[in-house]
Amino acid sequence: MTLTNNPPATKPTLTQRGSSALGDRVFSWWTLGTGLLVLAILGLILITTVREAWPAFDAMGLRFITERVWDPNPATGDAVFGALSFAYGTAVSSLIALLFAVPVSVGIALFLTELAPRRLRGPAVTVIDLLAAVPSVVFGLWGILVVAPALVPIYQWMHDLLGGIPLLGRLFGPVASGRNFMTAGLILAIMVTPIITSITREVFSTVPRADKDAALALGATRWEMIRGAVFPHSFGGVVGAVMLGLGRAMGETIAVALVIGGATNITANLFAPGNSMAAVIVQQFGESTGTFTAALIGLGVVLFAMTVLVNLLAQVVVRRAEARMKGSVA
Amino acid sequence: MTLTAPPAARPAAGGPDLTRAALSGRRRFTNHLATAVIWFAVLLAVIPLALVTYTVIAKGGGVMSLSFLNEDIPNSYRREGGGMGPAIVGTLLITGMAALMAIPLGVFGAIYLNEYGKQRPLARIIRLMADVMTGVPSIVMGLFIYISWVLLVGEFTGFAGALALACLMLPVVIRSSEEMLRLVPDELRQASMALGARKWKTTLTVVLPAAISGITSGSLLAVARAAGETAPIIIVTGIVFSPNWNLFDGSNTALPAQIFRNASTSFPAAQDRAWGAALTLIVIVLGFTIIARFISSRFAIKER
Repeated sequence: MTLTNNPPATKPTLTQRGSSALGDRVFSWWTLGTGLLVLAILGLILITTVREAWPAFDAMGLRFITERVWDPNPATGDAVFGALSFAYGTAVSSLIALLFAVPVSVGIALFLTELAPRRLRGPAVTVIDLLAAVPSVVFGLWGILVVAPALVPIYQWMHDLLGGIPLLGRLFGPVASGRNFMTAGLILAIMVTPIITSITREVFSTVPRADKDAALALGATRWEMIRGAVFPHSFGGVVGAVMLGLGRAMGETIAVALVIGGATNITANLFAPGNSMAAVIVQQFGESTGTFTAALIGLGVVLFAMTVLVNLLAQVVVRRAEARMKGSVA
Repeated sequence: MTLTAPPAARPAAGGPDLTRAALSGRRRFTNHLATAVIWFAVLLAVIPLALVTYTVIAKGGGVMSLSFLNEDIPNSYRREGGGMGPAIVGTLLITGMAALMAIPLGVFGAIYLNEYGKQRPLARIIRLMADVMTGVPSIVMGLFIYISWVLLVGEFTGFAGALALACLMLPVVIRSSEEMLRLVPDELRQASMALGARKWKTTLTVVLPAAISGITSGSLLAVARAAGETAPIIIVTGIVFSPNWNLFDGSNTALPAQIFRNASTSFPAAQDRAWGAALTLIVIVLGFTIIARFISSRFAIKER
């Protein structure tokens, strides 16, 4: 068998039986196969969903993305499927989430790497781990039954206070209920905080000890050290972490579906109900047929393309930042 | 200079003052402010966690009983009582089946990346794509399994849910297992090879056992996350009101799907059941997480 493949210089006593050489090859092919499974699944997702969504893409053309009307069962005429309102909802809720989550996450990461007394570090990490372990549907349940009703008076107060300001006031319009863009963004913020924190923390912990000591030795306060040594060194990695958080926020389905209010709506008013792409799919999939189903799968295709793009970009940014930092440590 | 002199002996004139008092008020204030803001950020993360935990325990604990864990789900939202038995059965079966599929495949994928592929272009692409796949929304995975399995088989099954969860777990298992395999010292591999073992034998009998505790804990964390996934379950498993022990025949249900379904109603009886289901789900998820942490903290140190 494959004995002949061994270099002739090898002493006969050290060669191995042919069957295990075959075993070696089979084993390496098998592991390669499982590795390729990842690429296969990603490819299949793209192909099958695009094919299944084609009736909707075909009927709507480019209007699928640019049209703001979503009317599966109109009284007269053809059904209209426009994803723009939902794309807007996804964007607004994700941006609100990042607005709250990024400063908090960076703060916690700084706490863990620079500030925390040793005996507080463990509990703080546990808090973040637990926050990541709570299933999103539980946050959704809490959001719809506890947070949304509790926030209505606060929203009302903010509307009364800020609603009168020209231009800016349009963000704080009339409050219909607690289920709106703002609540969705807040709940999302809680859910993306752990992922941004854990990556930011890793990035901060790669800042060379020497850089930090140098800053302190030059008389910098701790904050000046953080600003002068930690931030410039880890900017790229933090950007990557934020983008990963954005990807997570865009794809989050259940919690958003529960608290965003379920209206097809494009408005500057953060206190108005809306909907996001992922949420629409899960809300309407059960009652859909034909082109309607195809249109919902089409939303999935758009969502898939957007999250893959954001994630890919984020990974490249993080990797590049990591490579640079490892270089400087050595 | 006088720098070397102890502070007490420092001459009144000459020599820089290195004590905190020498900081300008503005710099000192900024530093204090930044410190306060950072502490505040930590507090902001603790508050929602504490509130969620408190509410789930308070409201879920009120419903919790042995019959809640056992009884069938009432098929009317209004009706009081009933339980989450079918959903608990579904969650355990579906998650278990998903783990059975995803963990072995994921570990072999990790073996390819760390033992064979290393830094080759193909391995780097797979690594990157596994990371990207971690970010694919669960709803998209649900749609994918709906198209490629449910439409093919022609009915909603628990197995379809397991497939979707397995797809979500796979990249997580691959990446965490690879990290653990990387920690195995090369000397072990070389020693095994020097004794004449083939590479596959070295990998399966030396490298894998050395990393198994880390791989187990990483996989359990992936299982814990999958157990809480809702969207794919709703799309591909349908719904049942009495336990279905067969994953391959007929619809099924799971705790997250029941929480979602009951949370969106305005009936107090249904909302109570949602809280009870949430408490049950959190206990299951935390159980996995704690076992994972225990394994990684208990066994990892011994090996190193």
